[in-house]
Amino acid sequence: MNLKQDVGRYGEDQAAKFLEDRGYEIIDRNWRSNLGEIDLVAKDKDRLVFVEVKTRNGSGYGHPFEAITANKVARMRRLVSDWCITKQVSGVKVRLDAIAVLITGGRVHIEHLKEVF
Amino acid sequence: MAVTKTYAVSLVGLAGTIIEIEAEISSNLPSFVLVGLPDASLSESRDRVRAAAQNSGLALPGRRVTVNLSPASVPKRGASFDLAIAIAILAASGKVISDSVASFIHLGELGLDGSVRAVPGVLPAVLAAKAAGWAKFIVPLENLEEAGLVEGIKVFGAKTLAEVSRFHGANLVADELALHKGERPSMNQVAESDLDLSDVIGQDDAIYALTLAAAGGHHMLMVGPPGVGKTMLAERLPSILPALTFDESLETSALRSIAAAGSRKPIPDLVAKRPFEAPHHTASLTSFIGGGASLPRPGLVSLANHGVLFLDEAPEFQRPILEALRQPLESGEVLISRTAGLARFPAKFQLIMAANPCPCGKYDGNGRACVCPAGSRHAYLAKLSGPLLDRIDVRLKLHLANPAQVALARLGAQQLGRSSAEIRARVVEARDRAHRRLRDTPWSINAQIPGSYLRKNLRIDSEATAMLEKSMERGQLSMRGYDRCLRMAWSNADLSGREKVNAEDVAKAALLRGEDGAGSW
Repeated sequence: MNLKQDVGRYGEDQAAKFLEDRGYEIIDRNWRSNLGEIDLVAKDKDRLVFVEVKTRNGSGYGHPFEAITANKVARMRRLVSDWCITKQVSGVKVRLDAIAVLITGGRVHIEHLKEVF
Repeated sequence: MAVTKTYAVSLVGLAGTIIEIEAEISSNLPSFVLVGLPDASLSESRDRVRAAAQNSGLALPGRRVTVNLSPASVPKRGASFDLAIAIAILAASGKVISDSVASFIHLGELGLDGSVRAVPGVLPAVLAAKAAGWAKFIVPLENLEEAGLVEGIKVFGAKTLAEVSRFHGANLVADELALHKGERPSMNQVAESDLDLSDVIGQDDAIYALTLAAAGGHHMLMVGPPGVGKTMLAERLPSILPALTFDESLETSALRSIAAAGSRKPIPDLVAKRPFEAPHHTASLTSFIGGGASLPRPGLVSLANHGVLFLDEAPEFQRPILEALRQPLESGEVLISRTAGLARFPAKFQLIMAANPCPCGKYDGNGRACVCPAGSRHAYLAKLSGPLLDRIDVRLKLHLANPAQVALARLGAQQLGRSSAEIRARVVEARDRAHRRLRDTPWSINAQIPGSYLRKNLRIDSEATAMLEKSMERGQLSMRGYDRCLRMAWSNADLSGREKVNAEDVAKAALLRGEDGAGSW
């Protein structure tokens, strides 16, 4: 694993912890299909929450959310339906969230946007 | 999150609409949405605002930013909304105080580095906003003098977005905004030019005609061979016209401010000189009247507002241009209809036309030097149509100065009483007299008086006009020609300091009236 993947992995761990602290139940992580990857799948009461996690070490490359482009959003939507078919889940309410993990000088700052897509 | 507001101005012609700029920041992925009928250059504002804020140390939030320009039905264009958009967003993100922002009109274009750049149309925008009850403005520093011409307002000049943000309470280090001191240039002195009527050798008749045209505001046509001094005379007309009044100057400056679009040349102060526009005869109709693809801009007739429009070689101008002059000559304004709306530009100019007597230009005196085929001389001047000539009071034929005059001038003989300053003093006096006489009417100079009013309310002794009536009986003078004579007779009486028109005034007017038919020169 290289540093970039380390940072990403660390960010996802932090995001999962962040969600669990708020009463979410993590039911899947790093689920892959040929389209790409869903970082986190969590359950918030009766809702399935699909989360894209973006982690940045320092802010030199802009806000993490700025890296989530319209293309990425469209791919996420397809991934969600792929996930539902594979897991044979139907008739549930879904939500797409984004979580930004900012690491600056050893301190971690997390921002959570709900229903973004 | 809260919605914040600030204000800017959208101009169509000289008329401005106050535009409310609302900004909202919502919890969503970062994007920048600009709605409310922006044109292409205004849509690009998004990228300028983002970069300018970033480089001013006030990065926009990593959220969805929505900016609405209201009323949405008014077309908006150009970069002058940048500053207001940036400030509204900074207020929405809590970086500046939204109450402070909402009480100001912001005008200005942003550079990527966060600098505030000059924009065209600041003067008319500020005038329009003041009329709508606004009193506090922030404009680009380069436009501060221009905006400060408007009385009774508080206006600040900004160099950078950081300065404006700090002014509105942002926590950063920046210079203070410059407050306009409220000093306005005095309009009482005439801007001196190096063109003086004493430069003209001979041509006493022409100088007299020019003086009369200046006194009464009459339009004028000069016909004469090349080199006779037509251009020289026309160029010196502004030097004998009275100084612009403050309101006239404000109106002309506002027009020039709009026309500055594209040239990025802020109007430093009021136009003090009477404008003098001398377009080349290849000029296009749009450049004359005004226009533009979507949003109309003023043309030459408006740039010459309260000044002189000089058409040298008038028959060479395209016919549609000459005919298009009739509307502004009649109403003193032009109306231009475009998708962005109807623009109304003032165009109260004094028209001076010059023409050669024939295509070869040598028809003078007995006409023997002329080599033009018979008929072409007539056709040449007939390009100036009857309806256009109807609006020209003074029609003058010029002849080459005689050798004796030239010799005298070469010896350095001064023509007494012929400096522009002396003549201007007489013109000012004559205009005052006319103004007093017309004080209960909508007109202020003789050239504006319609024939019906002239004949009914400004009666002249029948002895004085006997000569004209005789000419009319003989069919040598039309009713319209008669009216023109009366107008010029009044101007002559004004110049001579008399309250009544006498037979001499009428005779001089008849001389300057020229012929009615276009070809009978």
